[in-house]
Amino acid sequence: MTDTTQHALRELDRVVIRFAGDSGDGMQLTGDRFTNVSALFGNDIATLPDFPAEIRAPAGTLAGVSAFQIHISDHEISTPGDAPNVLVAMNPAALKANIGDLPRGGTLIVNVDSFEDRNLAKAAYAENPLHDDTLKAYTVYEVPMTSLTIQATSEVGAKPRDAERSKNFFALGLISWMYTRPTEPTLDWITQRFGKNEQVMNANLLAFKAGYNFGETAELFESAYEVKPATHLPGTYTNVTGNTAMAWGLVAAGQLAKLPIFLASYPITPASDILHELSKHKNFGVRTMQAEDEIAAAGAIVGAAFGGHLGVTTTSGPGVDLKSETMGLAISLELPLLLIDIQRGGPSTGLPTKTEQSDLLLAMFGRHGEAPLPVLAASTPAHCFYAAIEAARIALKYRTPVILLSDGYLANSSEPWRIPDVESLPAIDVPFAGEPNHDGPDGVRLFWPYQRDADTLARPWAIPGTAGLEHRIGGLEKEDGTGNVSYDPVNHEKMVEVRAAKVAGIAKDISPVEVDHEDGAELLVLGWGSTYGAIAAGVQRTRARGKKVAQAHLVHLNPFPPNLGEVLRRYRKVLIPELNLGQLSKLVRADFLVDARSLTKVQAQPFKAAEIEHAILEFIDE
Amino acid sequence: MSDTAAPPTTKKDWSSDQEVRWCPGCGDYSILTALQMLMPELNVRRENTVFVSGIGCAARFPYYMNTYGMHGIHGRAPAIASGLAVSRPDLDVWVVTGDGDALSIGGNHLIHALRRNVNLTILLFNNQIYGLTKGQYSPTSEVGKVTKSTPFGSVDQPFNPISLALGAEATFVARTHDMDRKHMMETFRRAHDHKGGAFVEIYQNCNVFNDGAFEQVTAREARPQMLIPLEHGKPIRFGPDGARGVVLDGQGRAKIVDVAEVGEDKVLVHDEQRDEPGLAFMLSRLARGPFEPTPIGVFRAVDRPTYGDAMQHQLVDAQERIGPGDLTTLLHSGATWEV
Repeated sequence: MTDTTQHALRELDRVVIRFAGDSGDGMQLTGDRFTNVSALFGNDIATLPDFPAEIRAPAGTLAGVSAFQIHISDHEISTPGDAPNVLVAMNPAALKANIGDLPRGGTLIVNVDSFEDRNLAKAAYAENPLHDDTLKAYTVYEVPMTSLTIQATSEVGAKPRDAERSKNFFALGLISWMYTRPTEPTLDWITQRFGKNEQVMNANLLAFKAGYNFGETAELFESAYEVKPATHLPGTYTNVTGNTAMAWGLVAAGQLAKLPIFLASYPITPASDILHELSKHKNFGVRTMQAEDEIAAAGAIVGAAFGGHLGVTTTSGPGVDLKSETMGLAISLELPLLLIDIQRGGPSTGLPTKTEQSDLLLAMFGRHGEAPLPVLAASTPAHCFYAAIEAARIALKYRTPVILLSDGYLANSSEPWRIPDVESLPAIDVPFAGEPNHDGPDGVRLFWPYQRDADTLARPWAIPGTAGLEHRIGGLEKEDGTGNVSYDPVNHEKMVEVRAAKVAGIAKDISPVEVDHEDGAELLVLGWGSTYGAIAAGVQRTRARGKKVAQAHLVHLNPFPPNLGEVLRRYRKVLIPELNLGQLSKLVRADFLVDARSLTKVQAQPFKAAEIEHAILEFIDE
Repeated sequence: MSDTAAPPTTKKDWSSDQEVRWCPGCGDYSILTALQMLMPELNVRRENTVFVSGIGCAARFPYYMNTYGMHGIHGRAPAIASGLAVSRPDLDVWVVTGDGDALSIGGNHLIHALRRNVNLTILLFNNQIYGLTKGQYSPTSEVGKVTKSTPFGSVDQPFNPISLALGAEATFVARTHDMDRKHMMETFRRAHDHKGGAFVEIYQNCNVFNDGAFEQVTAREARPQMLIPLEHGKPIRFGPDGARGVVLDGQGRAKIVDVAEVGEDKVLVHDEQRDEPGLAFMLSRLARGPFEPTPIGVFRAVDRPTYGDAMQHQLVDAQERIGPGDLTTLLHSGATWEV
């Protein structure tokens, strides 16, 4: 590669780039490669993939636009950026769908070859926006990406239609030049990924180099930019998506508990990647079963849990609906298992590829009868790893099903993660029952499957194969202690109360909520789940304006951390931002009689830091 | 799993201390007795035996067996049992279900457990009625059945459970009935010893809501004329002196004939091990219901790798190929960089 000395090199502390194109254009791949090379380079990064539910929506239409936004920075960042500084639009539809987000003065790079009549019509442009005043507020670079790609790849002998498919690598090459990314990691990756098909591999290599060299030699661009590595804590880093971190967290939980993992799932967006990832790790003894439906997946892990495995099922909202009945059974059986809900826009099929936090109350209450279970939520992509371990710890210690919430944004976006020392992870102790636990009337020792631990209220976990502990459990109400079927009214009330007390008692065993404390703050922003990054960024901005604002973020949603009530009462104003119509807010108001204000958004997109910032400023100044 | 070291047991060892609460005269009692009598003969251990059920009268079964057991949710027993059987291949897992449980609400789980060939022994108590909900028609009730929910007669075409199991790629399919303990015990033994998904339909009398549903074929005096015993390697004959038999007619259909008219050599010889299930399927269609001569015994018993073994094999193979999993290596398996 040529160097960049003939162009000016300007330093930036951060930049937000959005790649947008048709869903067949490979924008997710392009974004993913740019992310990885930036992470390897040492930038802090945050990403926001955004793609349609259709695998191949009609080409060139607005419905088919797929985008990937990445924020790269030389300092710590927590969001993928409110708005792009640079928009790469591969066709008119991508331009139309995304230009509204590009602030005036932003940089727009378009594939000018695609701005012909047919594509303009599909995007409902009456006139070519490159030829009128539509884009005058932006710095526009018109690059003939398709034709340059076809020219550059002519030597591999592909038909133009095939050659054109490498144009996303041309775009990647061009942006890699603009932001002085090292080229080797991408060239190596193309070689590895496409090595089996030499023609495609060579076409992609040539297209990438052509894009890079185009930036270098074309007089179009006056300068390249440099975003220096961020200063992170020392350690070894890798770039993880939430779904990968979740899968690794489950593997880790199995290792820490010395229990085999049994995952049964039914394919569903945006959770399937966890099934895919875990299916690779059979050498860890991880069993994965693609069940015939969501209900069977839940049923299978109840069976596996009865047999002494750590049962896990992964799904999204529609699957949680279907598994509700089985979760009720698991609550009654008091068996440990995990239901991981990667939330998406609802109700019904809703917005399968888009994010939302609207399953909190479903997780809390979506079962018939008094059926409480612990609920946790992951805050960032990398946090999914730790959240999975914590959810498993609670499930195993208290012999209860646990719901762990993630969402489409966490699932697919990524961040650099300082890989922990495996030795530093907590051991999870799982004592299976080994002998009878109750004195019978005639002095014979008996096994009572519902005789509880006085401290945790957990019942013993006696697995088949253990002689002398044979017992029957089921969904009918059980007599306290013996576990025999009982229709006694007072016993039923007692069992309902003890199941609730067991879950409530977990509060003693979880970390107090920590407040990122601004001394003398009168306003607390309380969040949960994937809004962590946007809230942190929004709070920072208000502090930069001299406002005293505190932030707290919940991982444990049922039970709440033991000090939550006390924390909430410390502040005159409490703001709760959520990607729903105020679900945590309802819980907090009901539990603590705190007049919390809800900030809601249900556009199936994460909060922008600016939205949090504005809401705080408005509220604090009232 | 059979275990040569299993200590000798008696029927009493397999009976739990719970009071059996089926209606007096229910066919379920004789099935329970047959199974409790069979267990000591199977050379298995109580602690390695698990009964899993769904919901319904039959589903109370696990409470009465002194083994591990789970009374699950309606229709889901095959799913729950699948998870247990594939995660714990060392266990003997039985599923006890009814016609509503297995064929209506749980139809999907039943067919998928069978096609996967999960190592389960599935006992379907077919009484052609909903008992626990007090007498609605079931997916095996005959067309025209008058019940509380069908005062003018059911208009639903029933399932033939044997045909369904064969269509679902089951590797072991059999039928028995609650009036013949010896036949039940022998059929259950075969089903238990089969490696893979074994499906047994049991004609079971519900004396409260559907009394006598199978009487035309299972009453002692009716059996010789109305039950067609299927025995591997033997001509399919029934009736006094085996006067009647099953042949394939010119169109390749199974048909009941007088043996004297067609000649003994024309009688179909039962081959339960035929790889191709078509003939077993035809046998399952010989009777339109339990009012015509009906085959009982083992329709099909073929070997196919079980789902649990195949899954286990992949685990062992992965560990041999790449060694046991190491968490540190996994966490460093993506592109990494040092700071």
